[in-house]
Amino acid sequence: MPKVLDNRQIGPLIWKMLIEIPRLVIKAKAGQFVIIRVNEHGERVPMSIAGLDRQKGILTVIYQVVGKTSALMTTVPAGGELADCVGPLGAPSHIDNWGTACVIGGGIGIAPIYPIAQAYKEAGNELITIIGARSKNLLFYEDEHRAVADEFHVCTDDGSYGQKGFVSEVLKKLLDEGRKIGQIMAIGPVPMMRVVADLTKGYNVPTWVSLNPIMIDGTGMCGGCRVAVEGKTMFACVDGPDFDGHKVDFELLSKRLGAYKDMEKAAMKRFLEDPHCRLAESIKSLAVRD
Amino acid sequence: MANTLEKKDRMKIPRQLMPEQDPLERIKNFLEVPYGFTEQQALVEASRCLECPKAPCIKGCPVEVDIPGFIRLVVEKDYAAAARKIKETNSLPAVCGRVCPQEEQCEIVCVLAKKFSPVAIGALERFVADYERNNNLVQLPPIDPPTGRSVAIVGSGPAGLTVAGDLIKLGHRVTIFEALHKPGGVLVYGIPEFRLPKSIVQAECDFLARLGVEFRNSTVIGKAETIDELFEMGYDAVFIGTGAGLPNFMGIPGENLIGIYSSNEYLTRSNLMRAFDFPNYDTPIMIGENVAVLGGGNTAMDSVRTALRLGAKNAYIVYRRSEAEMPARKEEIHHALEEGVQFHMLTNPIRFIGDGKVRAMECIRMELGEPDASGRRRPIPIEGSNFILEVDLVVVAIGNSSNPLIPKTTPGLQTNKWGNIIVDKETMQTSRKGVYAGGDIVTGGATVILAAGAGKIAARAMHKYLMEEVKK
Repeated sequence: MPKVLDNRQIGPLIWKMLIEIPRLVIKAKAGQFVIIRVNEHGERVPMSIAGLDRQKGILTVIYQVVGKTSALMTTVPAGGELADCVGPLGAPSHIDNWGTACVIGGGIGIAPIYPIAQAYKEAGNELITIIGARSKNLLFYEDEHRAVADEFHVCTDDGSYGQKGFVSEVLKKLLDEGRKIGQIMAIGPVPMMRVVADLTKGYNVPTWVSLNPIMIDGTGMCGGCRVAVEGKTMFACVDGPDFDGHKVDFELLSKRLGAYKDMEKAAMKRFLEDPHCRLAESIKSLAVRD
Repeated sequence: MANTLEKKDRMKIPRQLMPEQDPLERIKNFLEVPYGFTEQQALVEASRCLECPKAPCIKGCPVEVDIPGFIRLVVEKDYAAAARKIKETNSLPAVCGRVCPQEEQCEIVCVLAKKFSPVAIGALERFVADYERNNNLVQLPPIDPPTGRSVAIVGSGPAGLTVAGDLIKLGHRVTIFEALHKPGGVLVYGIPEFRLPKSIVQAECDFLARLGVEFRNSTVIGKAETIDELFEMGYDAVFIGTGAGLPNFMGIPGENLIGIYSSNEYLTRSNLMRAFDFPNYDTPIMIGENVAVLGGGNTAMDSVRTALRLGAKNAYIVYRRSEAEMPARKEEIHHALEEGVQFHMLTNPIRFIGDGKVRAMECIRMELGEPDASGRRRPIPIEGSNFILEVDLVVVAIGNSSNPLIPKTTPGLQTNKWGNIIVDKETMQTSRKGVYAGGDIVTGGATVILAAGAGKIAARAMHKYLMEEVKK
């Protein structure tokens, strides 16, 4: 079973887990994902790859506590084990030299955009990186991104750090200044990816997004992760997870992501009320509020 | 003690019926529906066998089980020996006794079937396998000395498990790579608990593990390692038994609404992830009040009966042909009807209606025309017969295409226009040397026993290849 080397809180509801799994790490490429199951009763949850240490065979995933499974993940101690971690799954991101490329990470999307930023840079692109979050305490990986980017922008919705505003506004300014950008890759909450894609359509800049719908097996077998791209049904697990943002039906994606909302809420409530729940009180109160 | 009854007296004995859970009770649980024969019933049923010298039943079995041979051992009350007799040619008797379509294989050709009812071969097979397992009489078969050759098997469904069982006994090193976290393939994710308890599949896999088969779960060949890399890792031959794992959809408007599942997803949630026991298990499944399952095969029956057990008020089978053309086993259709499933025959959905979530389905009535390529009469829409069926959950069970993960990543592996791997039927060898394939990835969606049969053929050919062409 895959060993958890470290699992620590890096933001209010944001955690970083290091998993020792050399066979997966050797194979994995930027843009791919893994599926994790915490314990024998657990769900299979897709997780983006946030980092790959190929020398040590260590996979980094960064996750936000949004429901029972992610809450349960926080309880796995360093030295503990996961039931499974399977991958790499999905197609790797398309990497090329477009001259200037831009990566945009919003919220938890700051994590999976990082390996892609590295790959873009390695391919010889002049790299513009924009990261943003609701508020300062939700930002992470700033130093990592700064170290890779040729040009770095950070923003918060409430102005508590960096520029005030959305990542799309930072991008718009760059485009309005006439910056030539050959390729944009945006990862973040669905509304953010949608706004970015809507914006760049007007400027005719190719924009790719990484989708994270609900899935089970991750090999094309269940079809639960289907998304509509230019009206055509695709399976995000094998046809994606990257798709042309100008063609994705974001509304459908949003709706399908909410398919189990009520059940997820009930499961979380039951979990938090369990007297054996080992979650820290601080997380409990945040998780309940959200 | 041999069967001392005169042949004409044997014919007078009625076929024994397996006791079953009451339909009204069983739709509230996921426990197995038939209880299996009692010992007394098994003895009576076994005594019906005429022990025909020609034994047409053996020819009717895709893996040629010595049926009169094992039934004779039942008569002699040596049930464990009967189980071993079956296992000489079929590694999975507890599974096949439950899910094989005996009525169109061994039992249909039973001499008794002409004037009376055929011997209940499947029920007897199940009885001896369960007896052996439940009484801890499973013996490890002798294993040949190590050959120094090793084999990688991709996929742990019925084909892969069969190949593994046969090759480990011949002294080869065997590793099974499984993409999911539990071995068993369709036996685990596809067939529901009430038809095939998962503890039985686990017992079969545990048995193989005791023989020395190594299971590597959560490993997606084609993503983690490619077939070529398996050879680089030192495997001398590879068997691909990955099944038909790419669900077909109808291709009609509204198909991505919430509440529309592929049967693969619906059954995997319930069976593999045990969503029927949510929230004790973390994977959720949508509970429909009016559930339509599209299709007429065993998977459709499994899905619709799952829906009933999850609490559906109305569970419908919607099928574009008539009941006579349904590919599902008669027994499953019968079970479904007994449980209150409503059949909408000669009906085809043309669009799904809903805002976010499905709430209805527009259908059109069909009539049967001339036979099509499959030999079945072609369904033709009746113009103006459209009607609306209110549904809040739909399960699409209209078959699978082949999953391209392996063909795409294996240069030189030939496939046909449907993406199925092309093999030599005599050996199951693919266009790649040392690479064999069998089961649904070759045939498209078929049965457990046909997959196991393909595994048998492949194992034989792989053994020959390993001993003659792989120098050590």
